[in-house]
Amino acid sequence: MNQVSAILIDGIIYSSWLFVIAVGLTLIYGVMKILNVAHGSLYALGAYAATAFGGYWMVQGYPPLGSYGMLVLAAIVVGLVAGPLIERGLLRLVYGKEEVVLVLVTYAVFLILEDLTKLAFGVDPLSIPEPYGLLGSIEVGDLIYPTYSLVVVLLSMVVGIGLALVLNRTRQGKILQAVIHDREMAAATGINVSRVYLVTFTIGTALAALGGALTAPTISVQPGIAAEVIVLAFAVVVIGGLGSLGGAALGAVIVGMVRAWAVHKWPEVELFSVYAVMAAVLIMRPKGLFAVPEARKI
Amino acid sequence: MAHVRAPRWLMGLFLAAALASGTARAQEPIRIGFVTFLSGPAAGPFGVPARHAAEAIVESLNAGKAPAPHNTRGFGGRPVELVVIDEAGGTTKQVSEFRSLVERQNVDYVVGYISSGDCLAIAPVAEEMKKITVLFDCGTPRIFEDASYKYVFRTRPHATMDAVAAALYLLETRGGVKSYAGINQNYAWGQDSWSDFTMAMSVLKPDAKVTTSQMPKFGSGQYGAEISALIQSNSEVIHSSLWGGDLEAFMMQAGPRGLFKKSPLILVAGEPYLHRLGSAIPDGTIVGARGTNGVFAPDSPLNAWLHEVYRAKAGHDPTYPAYSAANAILGLKAAYEKAKVAKLQKAIPMGANKGVKEETEKAYASGPSDAELIAAFEGLIFSSPSGKMTMSLGKGHQAASGTAYGTTKLVNGKVTVTNIKRYPLEKVQPPEAVASADWIKGGMKPAK
Repeated sequence: MNQVSAILIDGIIYSSWLFVIAVGLTLIYGVMKILNVAHGSLYALGAYAATAFGGYWMVQGYPPLGSYGMLVLAAIVVGLVAGPLIERGLLRLVYGKEEVVLVLVTYAVFLILEDLTKLAFGVDPLSIPEPYGLLGSIEVGDLIYPTYSLVVVLLSMVVGIGLALVLNRTRQGKILQAVIHDREMAAATGINVSRVYLVTFTIGTALAALGGALTAPTISVQPGIAAEVIVLAFAVVVIGGLGSLGGAALGAVIVGMVRAWAVHKWPEVELFSVYAVMAAVLIMRPKGLFAVPEARKI
Repeated sequence: MAHVRAPRWLMGLFLAAALASGTARAQEPIRIGFVTFLSGPAAGPFGVPARHAAEAIVESLNAGKAPAPHNTRGFGGRPVELVVIDEAGGTTKQVSEFRSLVERQNVDYVVGYISSGDCLAIAPVAEEMKKITVLFDCGTPRIFEDASYKYVFRTRPHATMDAVAAALYLLETRGGVKSYAGINQNYAWGQDSWSDFTMAMSVLKPDAKVTTSQMPKFGSGQYGAEISALIQSNSEVIHSSLWGGDLEAFMMQAGPRGLFKKSPLILVAGEPYLHRLGSAIPDGTIVGARGTNGVFAPDSPLNAWLHEVYRAKAGHDPTYPAYSAANAILGLKAAYEKAKVAKLQKAIPMGANKGVKEETEKAYASGPSDAELIAAFEGLIFSSPSGKMTMSLGKGHQAASGTAYGTTKLVNGKVTVTNIKRYPLEKVQPPEAVASADWIKGGMKPAK
C-alpha cells in the first residue's frame, strides 16, 4: 500500500476517535455555554469504568463478545451517575455567572475527579485488552488494521449522525436548539430549561465516558490520561467552532489528517502540527470554522 | 605526665559498639525528604515502586535486618524517618516543595527525583540552600557534565550508558543490521536516548541507516499512524525508550498489527514491564534495566534482601526504580557511616590516654557535619543490590557502574530474559571530565 493510502486510513481512524472524545464537549458548550474542563476526567472515568466492568465480565468467564456491551454499559453508568451529580449538585448553583467562573468550577471538578479516581482505582495502570483483538484484523496492502478500529470509525459515525438527526428531526432536538439560540426566550415559551440542561450534561458526560471506554482496550488506563485528552478535545472543538456538531466533525477530520500526514512525512513536526493548524484557523476565523452566530441581545 | 596508650583493639571496640548499638542521645531520627511520583503517568511504573522500596528499606535498616555491610541499625545507629513528597506538578512546584522540605519540614537530607527536568531544576536550588541532595533515578548526563555541585550527588549511572550498551548488544547479537528505526517520546529523555543511540550506531556501524524516527508527544496514547510508518519503513530493528502508559499502549496497539514480526524491538527501559505486559512482549525483544537492576542484578545477599523486603511491601519482585531507590539510601548510609567513623577516629586519636568513652559518645551524638559527609561521599565505593557502585564521575558526585542487556523469551507463559550480556563501566561510560556526546563521537574509548 502506498503512503498516501496509509495516511488516509490512519487519519480517518484517528479523526473518528477524536470526534468521539470531543463531541460531548461541544454539545455541552453549545447548549449550556459551559467550557467543561472536567470533560477529560469524565473520559478517564469512562476508561476506568470500562476496565472494571470489562474486567469483571472476562474474569467471570462470560462470552468475550459481551465485553463490548460492558464498554457501552460503563459509559452509560458513568453518564447517569456522574452527569446528574455534577449538574444538579454543583453547576446548577453557578448558572448565570460569567463563563470564566464556570470554567473555574469545572476545573475544580477536574481536580476533584482526578483525585477521586486515584482513590478508587489506585495509581497502577489497568487494562482491558481483550476487546481490541477479539474481532481479528483486516489486511490493507502491507498494513494490518484491527477490526476494532473499524468499529470505532463506524461508532463515531453513528454517534455523529444520530446526534444530528435528534437535533434536527425530533421535537426534543428542536427544544434543544431553541435553548441553544436563546435560553431566556425558550424559558418564556414554557420549555423546562433546567431539565434540558440536566439531560444535555448527562448525555455529554456519557459521550465523554464512551470515548474513554472505547479507548480503554487500546491503552493502559492510568492517572494522567485525562489531561492529555482534554487538550486535544479543546483543539478539535476550537477549530470547528465551539458548540457546533458539524464543526467538531470537521475539526476532528482536519486534526486527524494533519497529524497522520505529519507522522508519515515529517515526524519531527508532529507535536507542533495540530496546534499550528489550530493557530492558522483561529487567525482566519477567530471563533472557529463553524461558529454558531450569536443572537444580538438588547 | 604518664600516658596510658589506648590499645588499638579497644578503640575498634568502642567504634563498633557506638555504631552498632547507639546511645540514648543518638536516637533522634535522621529525617530524609523522599521525592517520587505518587500521581501522574510516572507513578505506577516508577514512583510508587520507588516509594515501596524506600519505605521497605528504611524499615529494615531501622530494625538492623539488612545484610552486611549495611547491617548497622538505621544510619550509624540513628533511626531514619522518611518524609515522602509527590514529584508530580512540574519543576516550579518541585522547587517550592524542595524549599518547604528544607525550611519547614527540617529534613536532614533530600533523596529524590525521577524526572530529568526536575533534577536539572532542583540541583542548583539544593546547592544554593546547601542541602545534601541525592538524585536517585533521573538519567540526563547534563547534571554533572554542564555544572559542578558540592551538595548534589547521583547514585545511579547516567543515561549514556543505556544507549551505548544497547548499540553494543544489538551489534553483538545482530551484527549484520543494515537499517533501524526509532520511536521515542518527544521530550528530553526520548530525544537524548535516541540521539545517543544513533551517535553510537554511527560510530560502531556506520553503514546502518536510520529509516524513520518517530517522536510522539509524551502521553499521546494513540500510535496508529506511527505504527503504520514503522511497518512501512521496513526496518530491521526498532529502538525505543518509551516507558509507562505510552510503552504499554504502543505494545498493545502494535502487537495485533504485526509490527514485531517484521521488526524486533530494543526497549531501553523495558525491564519494569516484563511482568506487566507478559506475552504482549514478543520473543526476541532486547531489554535493558538502566543498569544491573531487576533481572540483571547479581546474586548477592543484598539483592536477596531487597527482594524479600520489597515483596513483603509491594507483593511482587522489585523492578529497576526500586534498585535506584536502594542505591540512593544505601549510598547515603554508607557515606554517613564512613563520615562518622572518620569523625570518631579524629575525635579519639591513637595515643589518647583517657576519656575515650566520653569523647566517643560526644563525637557519636553529634553525627557527621555536612562537610564531613560530603567528603566521605565523594568518590565513595559502596555495595548495593545492583552490585558495586563507584562515585567516580562528576568530581566524585556521579555514580558509575556497568550494565547489561538481554533478550526476552516466553517460557511457560512467563517472560524470561536470556542471552544476557554484561558491559563493564569503562565500555559504556565516558571517563571523568569528558562529555558523553564527545566521548561517543570520539569512538567510545575506554577510560584508562
